[in-house]
Amino acid sequence: MSILVIAEHDNSSLKQATLNVVAAAKAIGGDIDVLVAGENVGAVAEAAAKAEGVNKVLVADNAAYGHFLGENLGELVAEVGKGYSHILAAAGTTGKDFMPRVAALLDVAQVSDIIRVESDDTFVRPIYAGNAIATVKASDAIKVVTVRPTGFDPVAAEGGCASVEQLDVVKDAGLSSFVGEELAKSDRPDLASAGIVISGGRGMQNGDNFKMLEQVADLMGAAVGASRAAVDAGFVPNDMQVGQTGKIVAPQLYVAVGISGAIQHLAGMSDSKVIVAINKDEEAPIFQVADYGLVADLFEAVPEFEQELAKVCS
Amino acid sequence: MKVLVAVKRVIDYNVKVRVKPDNTGVDLANVKMAMNPFCEIAVEEAVRLKEKGIANEIVVVSIGPKACQEQIRTALALGADRGIHIEADEDVQSLDAAKLLKAVVEKEEPKLVILGKQSIDSDNNQTGQMLAALTGMGQGTFASEVVVDGEKVNVTREVDGGLMTVSLNLPAVVTTDLRLNEPRYASLPNIMKAKKKPLDVMSPADLGVEIAARLTTLKVEAPAARSAGIKVADVAELVDKLKNEAKVI
Repeated sequence: MSILVIAEHDNSSLKQATLNVVAAAKAIGGDIDVLVAGENVGAVAEAAAKAEGVNKVLVADNAAYGHFLGENLGELVAEVGKGYSHILAAAGTTGKDFMPRVAALLDVAQVSDIIRVESDDTFVRPIYAGNAIATVKASDAIKVVTVRPTGFDPVAAEGGCASVEQLDVVKDAGLSSFVGEELAKSDRPDLASAGIVISGGRGMQNGDNFKMLEQVADLMGAAVGASRAAVDAGFVPNDMQVGQTGKIVAPQLYVAVGISGAIQHLAGMSDSKVIVAINKDEEAPIFQVADYGLVADLFEAVPEFEQELAKVCS
Repeated sequence: MKVLVAVKRVIDYNVKVRVKPDNTGVDLANVKMAMNPFCEIAVEEAVRLKEKGIANEIVVVSIGPKACQEQIRTALALGADRGIHIEADEDVQSLDAAKLLKAVVEKEEPKLVILGKQSIDSDNNQTGQMLAALTGMGQGTFASEVVVDGEKVNVTREVDGGLMTVSLNLPAVVTTDLRLNEPRYASLPNIMKAKKKPLDVMSPADLGVEIAARLTTLKVEAPAARSAGIKVADVAELVDKLKNEAKVI
């Protein structure tokens, strides 16, 4: 068996999700090659070559892949992936965009967002917003699979010594072009891979009040998330949304502040190790999944939480 | 221009799903069904394009059992012009759905195809991308803004780091994210009018597509239940528990 893992990166650094996907590839078993497609990706290829368990790194360095357009990546990966038994990518927005295109071009099904590998053709994935867990067997010769990074512990980033090979394949579908982007800047850890996440919901009342959560987050080295209600109300940008349609997180500690706990939100965080809920409504569904619940007004509890933490952390 | 919208009948998003005791699937008997929320947003976007004078006809298509016609009628009540129901009893998976939609695209030749980004039952997030690949169209996935400009469409997409805008040649496929728009409600007069709008029924065979499930669901289980937690009295106790009991800070 041979497995092609598509690296997730931002053209300058390898994202940790790639290491989680390599871990899923190891669970399947076989030679693992990593494809790094992008523009000026030398550093990314070097990092991928050091990852534990990687056999070979293939590099497709061209402006056509610089912005990860699904049309171009789809054609590239379908071409390169033909010789493999499995093609894997992280189930982030990039992987979700190009992988189904790869599957259709190869005329095979895709298995989305797997959280466990049972065997080389059988995978486990959540459905119905995580309210049911399906075990799925794929019958196609090439298995196209997206991997939920939080389902797998990452392989070591150092210690590997894979060979690096430049690919001379340029696929420009000519269907789309990049216009611009608006990326949210933050010094805090990446939401999807942070060890601690503190999230706010509708109860925060406005965007300014999120500063309270940011102060707590900085004290704990946490990332800040939000519920859909907080995003839709314009308190915070959409890339902070945790849930079925936002990011899926599984940190050591998840602190939900002013979040009722709708099914769609729980889908994104219920695999967290420890869940804390701070809410003034003691009937809120979030308390049914919280390990520690505090029924209190968040505007009193959060500043107090910050003070207590400052004592503990200092 | 003509806009094609695909809609799916799914369990209502508020329903707490129950896994069948024999682990063969989720119990859908006597459960409230509705149009997939992302599909509603797709219909709304098409209707807005028509109201702006950009679209002149909206065709809505759904694949599945006869009951899907309810969701097609809902879309017609919201402003779509006519419906196509592809009647299929089997479990139609994303790739086959995309092939059926491709056949419809070839017949109808729409300039824009709008789908939801994912259905809230299978959570696959595949069909729009597969349709785009099969028809050789560009794709604007997870759209939060769609601007048609002559022979191009600019789509602002919700991506992991924020927002990204791409320009696509028409015809193109767009899949909707939740923030694209706020779907309207159908008024009673429009619901009555929708009953008179044309609705064609066809089979996969009529479209020359053979349904062949590539994925077999071996079992469906309920997720592991979290053990009940405790309520703490105050913040000091909370911090103490986190530090000394859970040891996470």
